[in-house]
This record gives sequence, structure tokens and C-alpha cells, in this order.
Amino acid sequence: MLARKAQIVDALRALAPGLAVIADQLELAVYETDALTAYRQKPLAVVLPANATQVARVLEYAHREGLNIVPRGAGTSLSGGAVPVGDAIVIGLARLNRILAIDYENRCVVAQCGVANLAITHAVADRGFYYAPDPSSQVACTIGGNVAENSGGVHCLKYGLTTNNVLGAELVLPDGEIVRLGGKHLDSEHYDLLGIVTGSEGLLGVVTEVTVRILQRPPTARALLIGFPSTEAAGACVAAVIAAGIIPAGMEMMDRPAIHAAEAFVHAGYPLEAEALLIVELDGPPVEVDVLTERVSELARVQGASSCRASRSETERLAFWAGRKAAFPAVGRLSPDYYCMDGTIPRRELPRVLRAIYAMGERYGLRVANVFHAGDGNLHPLILYDANRPGELARAEAFGADILKLCVDAGGVLTGEHGVGLEKRDLMTYQFTSVDLEIQHRLKHAFDPRARLNPGKVFPTLHRCAEEGREHVRSAAGRFADLPRF
Amino acid sequence: MLRPRDEADLAEIIATTSCALEPVAGGSLRDIGKPVEGEILDLSALHGIVSYEPDELVLTARAATPLESIERALSEHRQRLAFEPVDWTPLLGSAGGRTIGGVLAANVSGSRRIVAGAARDHFLGFRAVSVRGERFKGGGRVVKNVTGYDLPKLLAGSWGTLAVLTEVTVRVNPAPEHERTLIVPAGGAAEAVQSMANALGSACDVSAAAFVPRRGVALRLEGFLPSVSARGAALLERLAPAESVWLEGEASRGFWRAVGAAQPLGAHPIIWRLSVPPGDAPDIIERLAPADYLLDWGGGRIWIGAAHAEAERVRGALRAGHALLFKAPRAVRASTAVFQPLSGPLAALTARVKAAFDPAARLNPGRMG
Repeated sequence: MLARKAQIVDALRALAPGLAVIADQLELAVYETDALTAYRQKPLAVVLPANATQVARVLEYAHREGLNIVPRGAGTSLSGGAVPVGDAIVIGLARLNRILAIDYENRCVVAQCGVANLAITHAVADRGFYYAPDPSSQVACTIGGNVAENSGGVHCLKYGLTTNNVLGAELVLPDGEIVRLGGKHLDSEHYDLLGIVTGSEGLLGVVTEVTVRILQRPPTARALLIGFPSTEAAGACVAAVIAAGIIPAGMEMMDRPAIHAAEAFVHAGYPLEAEALLIVELDGPPVEVDVLTERVSELARVQGASSCRASRSETERLAFWAGRKAAFPAVGRLSPDYYCMDGTIPRRELPRVLRAIYAMGERYGLRVANVFHAGDGNLHPLILYDANRPGELARAEAFGADILKLCVDAGGVLTGEHGVGLEKRDLMTYQFTSVDLEIQHRLKHAFDPRARLNPGKVFPTLHRCAEEGREHVRSAAGRFADLPRF
Repeated sequence: MLRPRDEADLAEIIATTSCALEPVAGGSLRDIGKPVEGEILDLSALHGIVSYEPDELVLTARAATPLESIERALSEHRQRLAFEPVDWTPLLGSAGGRTIGGVLAANVSGSRRIVAGAARDHFLGFRAVSVRGERFKGGGRVVKNVTGYDLPKLLAGSWGTLAVLTEVTVRVNPAPEHERTLIVPAGGAAEAVQSMANALGSACDVSAAAFVPRRGVALRLEGFLPSVSARGAALLERLAPAESVWLEGEASRGFWRAVGAAQPLGAHPIIWRLSVPPGDAPDIIERLAPADYLLDWGGGRIWIGAAHAEAERVRGALRAGHALLFKAPRAVRASTAVFQPLSGPLAALTARVKAAFDPAARLNPGRMG
């Protein structure tokens, strides 16, 4: 393989002038992991194309030579989506970082895939516009990565996910062909291939350009900080808000461990006696926000809220959010490592699921704090562990897998926004039957017949027994046995 | 006529036959697309709401459930389907009922699409039977879901050519307390599109924007009464029209039912439905000089009424976007490209996707040609 490696690197270098190729072992280290830092593997090489044509040349070459390719945006994936398994060539998209067009007449922005999510909002901010999907990593994550993961964020409750805000994309197929999907118009002329590519985790093609819709910023935004004596009461309040016909801009919940961690870190003034905290954001014209603030406060009171504060200024609104936004690093202060889970459940299941999670925590001997996108049922349990203690990482992973199975059992799904990636791959058979997975494989085959794009992600390797109704999946006991752990 | 009793029966029928099939749930949309030669697969027995959880904003129903039953159940809890599935049966002159499965398979979306999304944006999950008789599911019952491919997006707007839906889960939304529509004059398409862009680019939260020639530009506001009043005042101030008329409540609802369904164009034998960047609409109207037209989606959706199809001329006027020959006599549809023709790698990819689901092209063969 070593000789072949040198040959491949030379061939990559010759593909196009200006195509940066990294082959030095030390320099490759940056690309061996993403935000799921427990898993690392050195890529065969890294290429950094400057434009879509170079991306296409690389994919065409890899397709001909039968080489694996892993696309990488900012590498903020929390599920190992950008980890280069199987001696892959990483295509880093960071150099495709220009905003190509801002079209206020049609209310959209055309950006190369490497443009950061927040950069799009900044580009249109002076005209009072913004790009609504706001994942927490938005200062770094790229719009191309957002398309791959169908990213959400606090405001997706009211404004939708990436898939509801993308109008078009340019996609390089695994064989190097370039297709344009959608554009500045609404709806596809034929099959909704844009819809199927969004959330496909880099398995169907490499997105090189995205057209997104922009919205006018609401004139007013206000946050309510509401404390409850129990998660049941908080959950009942969420249901009551929805039943009252109100869809807030955002609705986040934190449990007691998360509240305490955040308060110790940021001192946002969170109520420490509360079992659960709800942060409800309301936005729109001033009259609307005033009416909704009154209605939501009253609903909270009826549900037995122990405290309720409405922000009286933009500074205070940001302060209310500071604790929630710092929840992950706050928890990180308490422990050398933490493992952030991502699953979705029907909202009403939250109190029961939380009780089950705490009970599991006891059994595994690990602490856990929870933040919850209360509006849409997306749960982020944060499992605290110390990788230096023998066996603790394995216990944290087993605990995490049990939580995800619990989500599926409760009528939900394995992942709401972080993606399946490497991390949840072997749990796919818990949610889907072998027939369900076989049909998804056929779709993958239509895009990537040689199965070289982002291999080893999302789908477990199935023995071709699907037709016989049985499948053999790589045993969970040897989970990612080929990858070194840190 | 094949008439399965339930999903298991459907799977059996599909697996044990090899003929071309035309799946029909209610039948109201059968006349859209290229005419199909196939055995009718009558899905009408697969009906009924399976579960409806207003607090969770989610409803699951069998595919041939009449849309009416769903809308009735939703209105009892002051909820609705936000994508506004309009009734095209008067425009099409078709018989047959409207079902939730048909609405999703044809991505039937009304004027609110510009802010609330299309049917595909509210389609969370499904059960279906493949052309091999396999029973499978896709998506889930929750909005935040990146587990595997977003198959509901692919099946929405696939016009029954990939798989046969048996059960669907949709997101539902609260129905607003109040609705009103502002109608202001506009000299023509150019002035109308500018006026609509002005409204849609404001913070007034306009939920629909249309231009009905000889009537004017119509802008809808929905929500809580104090909010709708305040936003209405702000909108009037921003547009400063020479005249204005307000339609309230049911008058507003009736107006948008008619606009969404392009009712003013019903008399024409040929109806085109274009999807374009809104800013392109005035040029397209000038180039085509249609006998009759209507703009929806701020100009992004153009309905054209005509006596003759003239497909090349219509599609030739588009710089971007696409044109669907929405209504035409059967013989015309048989000899014209009804859907926007594809070419190059996109055409090849589309063919591979179709083959992945239906290699022998049994389901609605040729319908999307």
C-alpha cells in the first residue's frame, strides 16, 4: 500500500494546478478526527480543492481508481461523519468559501459550500435579513455541512430545518459528474433529489454550492426564563403552549444537573431550586410578542411554575440564553470528558425517558445532565466520564447506546440533528428492518454504484442475506475494532 | 380491477403480478401527467386515521383517507395542514376524491407555501409497499430526524412512480385565530411583483402574496387578532397604495381557496403551471402574453390559461425554473412533454433513482414524461 500511496499522491498533485494536496504524516493529523474525538484514523491523503471543477476531478479520479473519499466541511460533526475510515482521501471543502450572490429581489443567497452558516447571516444583516437555521456550531460549521446533516438549531421549531430553507444546490456525484438541483425557484421539476441529498451525510455526493432562502429579522425578540418543580410540570407547560396555538421561536429545557452546571460556569441567574428550566423565545412584531408573553406566562403559572421572568432588554435576553448556550462547556468543567448524545422522542415521553436515563446512570455509575429542544422532542443527554479510567469510555458508549434504544422504544428516532455517522451506525438495525435498510441501499447505489463515498458511515455492513430475510451485522462487541481510541 | 383490503393484501397482489399498475387512492389527480396504461390498483380500502396527537402536532393516517376527514378532525382541535392542500378538482374538471396520500404524492401545496413550506416539508414518515411487494417504512413520527435518508422527501411529488404509500405521518400546525387579506391595485405583472416583493421582504409576516389581473395584488395576514391588526396597519403604511380593500375571515379564506386553485382560469382547455424565481415573472408574462394568467407565491408560481399547449414556446420563455402542463386533453398530454424534460447527468441520475425503486417501470409507467 505504501508504494501505491506515493503513486496516488503524485496523481492527485497532477490533477489540477492549484489543487493543494497534503501527504505529510504530521499535517494529516488535523484531519484524522472531527468533533467525535474518541475516534481517529489517518487519511491516505487530504486534498483541498479551490473550486467545484477541482472537486469533480478528484472524485472522477477516485472513482476510476476505486479509492474511498470522505468529504469534510468544518469537521464539527458530533457523530464521526468526517472521520476518514478505510484509507480514504479526505476532500476538505474549506477553500470554497465565497458568497457568490445576494439576491434581495428573490430573497435568497447563493454561497459556496465552505461558507460558515453565520457568515451568511452576517452578509445580509445590514438589510435586516438573516439565515434562520442556527445550529450551535454556526460560527464554524459550513453550509455544505449543514446540508449534509440537515442541521437544526434552537429556532428550527418555528423556522424549519436546513431542508426547509434550502432552495438549490450544486452537487458533484461520486463519478465526477456535476448536477444542479433546484435553484431560486420553489419545488423540483421532477423527483425531489435536493430533499434526499439533504441529510444524506455525505454519502450521495459532494455539495459544492448552496442556494438558501433568507428572511427578514423579526423586529422584537423576548425570552422567558421559567423554573418548574418537576420535569412533568415543565413538559405539561410545553404541551399547553402548543395546545394554545402558540409556536414559539424556540423552546429549550434543561434539567437540574444542567442548570447547576451552567449557573456555576456562566452565572446567568438561573433558579437553582428548579428541577427543570424552560427558556421560551417569542419573536415577531412588538404587539405579537407582548400578547404571547402574557399568554405563555399565564400558561406557565397555571402549570405550577416556581418562577417566571421575561427579558426586558436585548442584553437580558442574551443573558438568559448564555447559560443554555454554555451548557456543553459548563458540563465539560465538571468532568475530564463528556459524551453528547442526540435522539428524538415524542415530547410527552420526556419525564418518563428522563427517569429511565437517571436510573441507567446509576446502573452505569456515570453522571448525566440533559438539555432538550422541548419544542421538537430532540434530546441531548450529556454523559460525564473520564477516559483515563479503564473501561469508562466503553461504559459511557454502552450507556449512550441504551439511551438511543430507549428513544426508539419511546416512539422516536436515533438522531435528531447530529446524524448517524460512525457513532450510531450499528444501531440502525434497532430502528429499521433489513428491508427498510435494503431499500436505502438501493438508493445509495443509484448515486454511488461503487460505494466509495464516505464508506463505513450511517449504514452497517450487511452480509448480502437481506433477500433471505436475515442479516449479519458486525458484532457490537468489536465496535470499530480497527480504530485506535483516545 | 385490483382492490387490496389492506397493506398485507397489497403486498401480496404486487408481488404476485407483473403487469403495469396505476395506483389510485381517490382519483382526483389521475388526469395530471402523461396518460398511463396500466391495471388500476384501487387503494380506497386503505383509509382511516390511525392516530392523531394534537399536543405532539402529528397525525398518522392510511394513504386513501379522504382529505375532508383529516381536515375535519384537525379543525376540532383548531389545527390545520399548514401547506394548504388546495382543491384542483374544479380546475381539472375531474371526478374522484382527494386523499392525504394523493396530496403528498403530488406535493399539493397552496399559497402559504412561501412561508410554511410545501406538502413535502410536513411529510414526516410513511409505510409503503415496493414494486417487489416489500413492505417498508421511511422517516418517522418526529420532525427532528436525520436517521437514514429522508425518503418522505423523495416520495413527495413522485406521483406514484416509486412505491405505493399505505400509511403517512404528517406534521400539523395550530390554526390562526384570525385572517385578513389586503387587496391593492397593480398596473401589471411588473408592478405586482415589485409590490409583493416589498411586502414579503417586510417584517409584517405576510403568509400569501398573489396577483389576480384586473383584481389586484392580494396579501394575507394570519395570527392573533391584535397582531394581525398591527401588522395590517404597518403593511398599509409600507405600501401606501392609492386604494385598498380588506377581506376578513371567511371572505379571505374563500378568496385564497379560489386563488390557490387558479379558479379564474378554469374555462381554458390548457393550463400551464410554472415555478420560477419570482423576479423573473414579469419578463415571462411579457414574452408569452398569455390569454389569461394568475401569479401566486409572490410571482414564483405562474398559472397560465391557453387554447393551445405550445410547449416549446412556453418553456422557451423560462430562464430558470420549470413548466408543468397541468391540464390538457388526453391526446395532447400523450404527445407532449408534460413534465419539464431533463437532460445530461441529472436525467441519468433520475433514471437510476427510478430504477432503484422500480426497475421494470411497473408503477405509473411514463407518467412523469
